[in-house]
Amino acid sequence: MIEVRNVTKKFRNVTALQGLNVSFGENRIYGLLGRNGAGKSTLLNLMTNRLVPTEGFLYMDGFPLTENDKALGKIACMGEDTLYEPSVRLRRIFEWTAIFYPGFDSAYASALAEKFGLDVRKKIGQLSTGYRSIFKLILTLASGAEYLLFDEPVLGLDANHRQLFYAELLARYSKRPCTVILSTHLIEEIANLIEHVVIIKNGRILLDRPSEEIQSMGFTVSGRKEAVEEWCAGKNILGSQEIGGLMLAHILGEHSGVPASLTVTPLDLQQLFIHLTNS
Amino acid sequence: MKIDFESGIPIYLQIADQIEDAVLSGIFPEDTQVPSTTELSTLYKINPATVLKGVTLLAGNGVLYKRRGVGMFVCAGAKEKIQARRKQSFFENYVASLLSEAEKLGISPDEVISMIKEGAEND
Repeated sequence: MIEVRNVTKKFRNVTALQGLNVSFGENRIYGLLGRNGAGKSTLLNLMTNRLVPTEGFLYMDGFPLTENDKALGKIACMGEDTLYEPSVRLRRIFEWTAIFYPGFDSAYASALAEKFGLDVRKKIGQLSTGYRSIFKLILTLASGAEYLLFDEPVLGLDANHRQLFYAELLARYSKRPCTVILSTHLIEEIANLIEHVVIIKNGRILLDRPSEEIQSMGFTVSGRKEAVEEWCAGKNILGSQEIGGLMLAHILGEHSGVPASLTVTPLDLQQLFIHLTNS
Repeated sequence: MKIDFESGIPIYLQIADQIEDAVLSGIFPEDTQVPSTTELSTLYKINPATVLKGVTLLAGNGVLYKRRGVGMFVCAGAKEKIQARRKQSFFENYVASLLSEAEKLGISPDEVISMIKEGAEND
């Protein structure tokens, strides 16, 4: 388990994370969501020790994570940046990764490269945005690590490759259970993939819950404007939309006692996210 | 098989229903193996725990049984069990909603009955 305890991260006078507390348990698939600049990447970089917290501590199975090679070897992170020298060939990087991650599965990496149509004889500088993402995805999937962290995994990937990635991720997870943290803006695509949702807003945890509970957190009622307004009075309204005489209201809480004249529809993760993180 | 992610019906229940439908229509006969959790989860891109919940529900209902180290199989008599259970909920699921829609459209119960007879004859 990775535990983040009271972690604050400041960059000069900008506070990226503020007193953050969150844990990531074993063998679960997490969704780490937040708007641009919310602090998702900062959190991932702290968990891989690419950054050091200003205050607070991070633990892996109870031991401090910072400067702890044994703990860090259990984590593989696909970051946003590509830090490899552009003239290096991909297969060479596979060889290097095998040195850093003893569990690196070269045969699996090659098989994945073939499935994605990635030519490992190419140099890293020759890759398109999508194939750079694919290359980093393969490195992380094949790392053999127990914790796989993905920061915007499908950046630049077409629909076919995104579906292939989700399928391969689930296959890897089923074959060798691991903890997966997916940080992405494509919420709808991962909504049913994840078991637990963590939402960050302005450097703080806004929501930390099993996905199962999300649907029961809120709902949408629609109907004649007056009827909706009357029924919604005093309820916890996340947001509303009006089209002519029709009104939709998104409400937080259990739905009970909704009159038959109003229609109730579920609130999905994406809608909940949008309404919770709107400033 | 198709999962409707927008319907509001929990995904694990949809998985269970779809497997039941396949048993009813004879796609999975008695004592044959049903797709594994991994196969279903990668096919629909859903969390394996969700699939497992649906499959566990069917195992508890006497529709599926587990062969250790092999997978899940259809129980003997599963079809009859599903039919018996679904007959019980047929009224709520179909008859009640049929009558309420008919009322909205101003169709009388007698007209509904004659429509059903007509439909049955044409089938």
